[in-house]
Amino acid sequence: MLTLKCPYCGVQACETELSPGYEAHLKRFGPGSSDDDFETYLFTRPNVKGVHFERWRHAYGCGKWFLAARCTTTLEVFGTYSAQTPAPPAEIIEAIKSKRPDWSPET
Amino acid sequence: MKRYSAFAIAREAANYHQGWERAWAKRAPKKRYDAIIIGAGGHGLASAYYLGKNHGITNVAVLEKGWLGGGNTGRNTTIIRSNYLQDPSAAIYEKARSLYETLSQDLNYNVMFSPRGVIMLAQTHHEVRGYQRTAHANALQGVKTEWIGPERVKQLCPIMNIEGPRYPVLGGLWQARGGTARHDAVAWGYARACSDMGMDIIQQCEVTGVTSEGGKVTGVQTSLGDIGCNSLGIVVAGHSSHVAEMAGFRLPIESVALQALVSEPIKPCMDVVVMANTVHGYMSQSDKGEMVIGGGTDGYNNYTQRGSFHHIEETVRALIETFPMISRLKMLRQWGGIVDVTGDRSPILSKTPLEGCYINCGWGTGGFKAIPGSGFGFAELMAKGYSPLTAEFGMERFREGRFIDESVAAGVAH
Repeated sequence: MLTLKCPYCGVQACETELSPGYEAHLKRFGPGSSDDDFETYLFTRPNVKGVHFERWRHAYGCGKWFLAARCTTTLEVFGTYSAQTPAPPAEIIEAIKSKRPDWSPET
Repeated sequence: MKRYSAFAIAREAANYHQGWERAWAKRAPKKRYDAIIIGAGGHGLASAYYLGKNHGITNVAVLEKGWLGGGNTGRNTTIIRSNYLQDPSAAIYEKARSLYETLSQDLNYNVMFSPRGVIMLAQTHHEVRGYQRTAHANALQGVKTEWIGPERVKQLCPIMNIEGPRYPVLGGLWQARGGTARHDAVAWGYARACSDMGMDIIQQCEVTGVTSEGGKVTGVQTSLGDIGCNSLGIVVAGHSSHVAEMAGFRLPIESVALQALVSEPIKPCMDVVVMANTVHGYMSQSDKGEMVIGGGTDGYNNYTQRGSFHHIEETVRALIETFPMISRLKMLRQWGGIVDVTGDRSPILSKTPLEGCYINCGWGTGGFKAIPGSGFGFAELMAKGYSPLTAEFGMERFREGRFIDESVAAGVAH
């Protein structure tokens, strides 16, 4: 059973309390953007095998969206953080690197 | 290859069964092939088989990281049907279903195709309208399906409680020639036929890179060394994004876990396949007597072949309401597979930005039923560069807005 700590209300929430929202930090493109950018934003996903940043909503708790860093091959959770950030914060990057020394944010 | 027959059983019995040959040969990879297929699951092996059978291309290798048929081919609930709403889907799934009818004879391998009939239950008024529409669409497509009322549903499947407190059965979409087949046998039968045509099936050979020159594919790097090829087919289901990354492009796909489970074996109690999409569970009885049960996917990216426990609980809870007699059954085994889900819930059979490299993926939660049709179309695409079966399933459809929107048509369990 996957459990994630909600960064807003501090509850250690099990996945039945949460709604998944797939990939985080998507760069959004709107009217006037190129076909390539618009397609990438709407559909194309890295679908990473390894460290994945993703959106979750504490649906049956405080109701707020937050972000999580999780490994898709081991289901290990590296940490959760506020959704009001355009990139993963330093402490999350640090937590991932301590467990995955080969990992870098670009991959 | 020695043919399997009643006579062969008698002959081998007289010889203490010492004379059976291996179903497929174990060979080391050659330096170069005309075509390489990555992935020895049902779709990959079927693609190789039709490359040889229909297009005369037999200098082919099928590379497999694990063991043959050990991915989703060995992990599904074996349901075969073709009652889809959209024309391109109906065409490829009906091609697959019609090939299943004679597959045992074609392959000289018993795939145990059992056209026992599939009912898709309508348990809300929206579903009644939706399935009636699908029945009309199927009539125009030449796919034989029928809208049936609740009494006929009860007659076809007497163990069903059609007066459920939450979701009474209001009718169903009935495809009499749908059914099930033995999943492993489909992979094994295709593998045996491929090997007989001289193709190499190489297991425990992981592809680690795709090599190209001037925008054209030249081969693959594997755990058993570099292998050259003129054309490459990527048929790796849940790992499609991972292998596509090696070939230098990205896909509109997310990989998630889908689970299934079987009960202890009981006496025969249902001889049809029932799918209940509103409550999200589906069930059939295997020839061994086990109730084979499937449900919905998890909602988050996952490559572990393990799913969330609460989805099993939801599936079983839903089915107990419709089939009260299974409430005392013990569940024997549960497993998960990684399915590659596209934005419109339809597959991708396509050329790719890398010339000579083709991809067959995105079958999501409903790939088993499509294996022969998928292989038939994909082989034609690889051999000729075009197939009427796969024309609408190109990966450029997302950019162009030409979705084959089965996510709306089927909702779920598809």
